[in-house]
Formats: sequence, C-alpha cells, structure tokens
Amino acid sequence: MVKISELTDEELLYGHKLCQGCGAGIVARLAMKILGRKTTVTLPASCMSSVTTIYPQMSFFTNSMTSAFPATAAVLSGISAGYKAQGLEGINVLGIAGDGGTADIGLQALSGAVERGDDFLYICYDNEAYMNTGIQRSGLTPYGAWTSTTPVGQQSTGHRQFKKNLFEIMIAHRIPYCATASASYPMDLLNKIDKARSIRGPKFIHVQAPCPTGWGFPPEKTVEVGRLAVQTGLWYLAEYEQGRVSINLKPARFKPASEYLKIQKRFKHLTDDDIRVIEEHRDREWKILTNFVNLTEG
Amino acid sequence: MNAPDRKRAFISGGEAVAIAARLCRPDVVAAYPITPQTVIVEKISDYVAAGEMRAQFLLVESEHSALAAVMGASMSGVRTFTATSSQGLLYMCEMLHYVSGSRFPVVMANANRTVAAPWNIFGDHRDSISQRDSGWIQLYVENCQEALDTLIQAYRIAEDSRVLTPVMVNLDGYVLTHTYENVEIPAQEIVDGYLGPFKPVNAFSFEKPKSLCFTAPPEWQTEFRYQQQEAMGAAQRIIAEADREYGRLTGRCYGGLVDEYNVRDADCVLVAMGSVAGTARIVAERLRDRGHKVGLVKVRSFRPFPKEYFRELGKKMKAVGVIDRDISFGYEGALYSEIRSALYTPGVSVRTINFIAGISGRDIKQEYIESMYEQLRRIAEGENVPEIQYPGLRWQTW
Repeated sequence: MVKISELTDEELLYGHKLCQGCGAGIVARLAMKILGRKTTVTLPASCMSSVTTIYPQMSFFTNSMTSAFPATAAVLSGISAGYKAQGLEGINVLGIAGDGGTADIGLQALSGAVERGDDFLYICYDNEAYMNTGIQRSGLTPYGAWTSTTPVGQQSTGHRQFKKNLFEIMIAHRIPYCATASASYPMDLLNKIDKARSIRGPKFIHVQAPCPTGWGFPPEKTVEVGRLAVQTGLWYLAEYEQGRVSINLKPARFKPASEYLKIQKRFKHLTDDDIRVIEEHRDREWKILTNFVNLTEG
Repeated sequence: MNAPDRKRAFISGGEAVAIAARLCRPDVVAAYPITPQTVIVEKISDYVAAGEMRAQFLLVESEHSALAAVMGASMSGVRTFTATSSQGLLYMCEMLHYVSGSRFPVVMANANRTVAAPWNIFGDHRDSISQRDSGWIQLYVENCQEALDTLIQAYRIAEDSRVLTPVMVNLDGYVLTHTYENVEIPAQEIVDGYLGPFKPVNAFSFEKPKSLCFTAPPEWQTEFRYQQQEAMGAAQRIIAEADREYGRLTGRCYGGLVDEYNVRDADCVLVAMGSVAGTARIVAERLRDRGHKVGLVKVRSFRPFPKEYFRELGKKMKAVGVIDRDISFGYEGALYSEIRSALYTPGVSVRTINFIAGISGRDIKQEYIESMYEQLRRIAEGENVPEIQYPGLRWQTW
C-alpha cells in the first residue's frame, strides 16, 4: 500500500500545456510519482503528447516518446523486448493513452500485446471523447453526450451508443492485472499503479479523467465531477488480478444520475427519459460486474 | 588476411535473407506473415527455436505493429530486423515515416509483390515504389546472393552515424524469395567485424533521459527535414563505401549505387532494378556477340537516387531505355521519371523509352528485352517510337 507521507515530492511531469483542471494531468503526474525516473513513457497522438513533447521543450523528466496513434502497445512491446534482450531489469515500460487511442484505433495493437504477454503498464486516461482534436466522439463516449460529431439538433440528441467496456475486454484476454480507477480517487489510483508495477507481464489501468474543456464544467470542479461519476454508479472502481474480479468501492446507494449529468454542459439537453435509460444501463453494468465477482470468487 | 572457410548452400532468396539477418545478430525481430515474405519469418523462427539466433522474436498481430515494435526496440538501444511485402508494407506506411523521421537505423527486407486491387500475390515493384518518399533508403537486388550480401551491407549503411536512416532491402517476390541458388555464406566473424557492435545513438538513456519521436513545431520542421535529406546525401557515399569494404572482405561487391555491364563503350543502355537485370544481362551479352554496342545499368539504390551517375551517362549515350515494374498512373514508370529528370541537363539530347513490364509477376521474356534493345537502336538512329511501351500487352498497338 502506498503511504502518502512517503510519496516523493519530485515532479517528473511539469511545465506542460494541459488545460486547467485536466483530469489526465492528475493521472500522469501521480503515475510518475509511483514509477519514478527508471521509466520510459510512450504516448500516442493525444492531449498528453501534444502538450508535453514539443521540441525543444520536454515536460516529462524521464525518457518519453510520441508513437503513432494506433501503435502505443506495439511500441511498448518493442521497448520491453529491447530491454529484455539487453538483460536490463526494473525498468517501467509505461504507455499513457487516451480513450480513442486505446479503445478505437489502438485496440488491435493493445489486444496483440496483451495476448503475447509482453511486460508493460498501459494507462488509459479516459476523457470520453477525442479531446485533442476538438471533442469528437470515441468508442468510450457515454450515452447521451454532446460531442462535436454527435451534436444536438432537430434530428439528433447527442451520442446514442453506450461505452465499450474495456475492463471486460481486458478480462477476456486473461491479462495478469487490470483495473478501473478515477483521477478523483488518488489513493485507489496510486495503489493500483503500485500493484501493477510489481507484476510481470501486461498490466492495464482504465482511469476516468474528467475534462473541463470537453465536458463543460469549471476547471476547479474536476475532482468533484469524477467523484460524482463513482457515487452515481456511472463509473466503477474495480480490479482483476489472479483471475478474480473485485470491487474497490461499492456505494451503499447510488446518487441519482442527474446529479452527475446536470452539472456538465455535454448532458444539459438530456430528458428524464434519457436519464432513465442511462440509469437502467448503469444497473445492468453493475449486475454484470457483480456476476463477474461471484463467478471468479474462491 | 587469411580467407576463412567459404561456405556455400543451395537456398532460396527468403532463406538467404533470413541467414543474413541471423549473421547480423539483431536483438529484436518483429514480423507478421505475408506471402511471399513468409519463408524469412519461418526460417528466423527456426533459428530462434534452435538457439542459433539469440533474438527476442515478437510475433505481432499486424505489420503496423511489427514496425512499431522494432521502432520501440531500436529506442531501447538494440539492433532490429523485420520483413514484409506488398499490402503489409502499405499497412506499415505510417510507421515507415515515424522510423525514418526519428532516424532509427532499422533494417527491413521487402519481398516485392504487387498491391491490390486487382489482388495478386506475385511480384512487381509497386509496393516499395509507392513508399518512395517515406524517407527510407531503398536498395534492390538481382539474385539470392546479392540479397544476402545487401542485407548485411544494409546494417552498416543504416547504422553509420552520418546516415542513421532505415534501409529497405527489396527482393523480387517468388523470382527471388522462392527460387533456389547456390549462395556463399560469409563466416560469422567476417560479419561481426564488418558491422561491429550496435552503437545506439537515438536511444533512451537513464543517465540522460531523452524525448524521441517528439513534436516539432513549424519553427523546427524544416531543419529536421533538411537533416534527413543531408543524411541521404551522405548515404550515397556510404552505400558505395560499404559495398567496397564488403567486397574486400568477401570478394563480392556490386558497384555501390549502380551496377554497370558493358556501359563504357555502349551507344544504348537499358536500365533495370531487381531480378530482371539478370535476364537483361544475358540478352545484352548475346547482342554484344552480334556486334551491337549495348549495355546494362542495374540500379541498386533507388533512394538515395544516383542522379550524378545518370547525368554523366546521358552525356555518353544515344539512347536509354528504362524497365519499370511499376507505373505511376497519370504519368509513367517511376524509375523512368527519375532517370529522365537526372538526364535533363543542357546540351544532352539522349533519347529515352520507358518499358512497363513484369507487372504482377508477368514474365519479362528474353524476346521482350531483345525488342527493347531493338527499339533503342531505332531511336538512336533517329526513328520515332512510342515513348511508353508495354511489352507483351494483349492489346498492343505498336
């Protein structure tokens, strides 16, 4: 377990140009605190790469690189194989990618690398749309959300598909370790990164990272919005390790979804019917998760 | 020095490439199977399984990932190898630019095969030619021996600190990959001495962390591109040097950027790339016996392109014919364009013909090549013939 009093003051990510209140920035900064200097950071085209690796300014104080959009996991495989060939140990081969770079264009490479069992840690910061290119929908955009490619108009009421469940996709690979997490629950996130670091093979952490710019809320509300996502049950904190699924935080009662949805501009057009659909979907997702827990118990 | 034991083997071009790769001791190999490159991948799998090759072999799920993985490995500071063909090369397209733009000395074999559609697994140069501007050095070989030798040379070229540019060694699908030849295999110590250990330049370091494949804003892009072009300029010299040095060690060299046959006193020459040069040489030899002053130029290096060589050649020839196993739709064969561009200098009035042949595995018969030389003789004597010709075309109109 990570002790906050023992956490380093050293910052390995600073001087970047992320938006105020960026959830992804919290995730990357905390990850670097756990992983330290002996880390290589691979970033595909994303907010994170386009604000940290602009020549001649480098915002990661470890080795870092920008990969092709679909290639993050394949690059991680290659780096990992290179260090293995040199007999070098104790290097954290880290990938930090957005939701589009992971669940859409990067999914094939990720699946291949996980199936091969290559040794790396992949963190997907999920801000639920292509934010770097200007808020276009991705395969992880939630139901009902406005994006610049799912606008609200006479013939359209925003995004009409539900998020892919990446956690379950990774479980289907029987990956050594995967988890969901949130930028708003730092201790949970830090512990998961710390645990992942100690495991050999592929590790995947899917972190919800609220985005004030794309979701439409004030930058000082990032942590609050992320917490509401978990408290309403619209995002869950769970883990899969050694073949078992566990839930890290189980709200005694879900807050109404509207408490989370109504404070974001992207959801402001939603009707009561829409919110009902979202809550029904949430309940189904939790049922599936609970079934996973029961199935993999003991 | 004492000549080491000469070892010969009756092997296919694919196996020759795999043996060459083994001799170069890459630390990481990543590849995805595609016909007709598969022989290379299978042989390397055998070597790794038998412990004859100490490489991490990543059996990736796509060509895009194959090149991404070797790029990652190169960043970690090791020598790498991959191989592909046709659709696979096209699927790698994005990564080709990443690897060259970030100056990783990756070496790749490409088993030349046409690209769909119409779909076909047989050979022409449309795959690699379509990647002309990807920033890779492109070398083409004539036979299995040259495939083996050139692949070894490729590492020396790519890793030279003045070059640091990836190299694609192109060998014709089937005609070379699946054709057996008696190939001489250099001793391991010769190759070890020739290449030396891998010296990582553009690689991560934990003493002095680096950012690689970074974003370069408009203020800097031109400078990075200029450096790539300068490296290609240096490569012209290094390719020739690497070939000469290899010749000194093994007794085999190939003329550097171009390989000439009976060019010095010729009036007319054909220019070709890849295995068709072998057929053309036989025909040229026969025509010489009959007293025709014909020659052959084999282009080994398509990028960097030997512009100076062709500029000088143009001053001496009456007619130059170019065989293209590709076509740039809406213009002409790509090799022809390059050569025409190089020939075009004040006072040069050499005449030229472009022969589009060998598309998608179609035979380039000796009679076609004889006819090509005949056409060159005719234009040299002032006759007019069509500038772009398609030997063997069913709807031939000329």
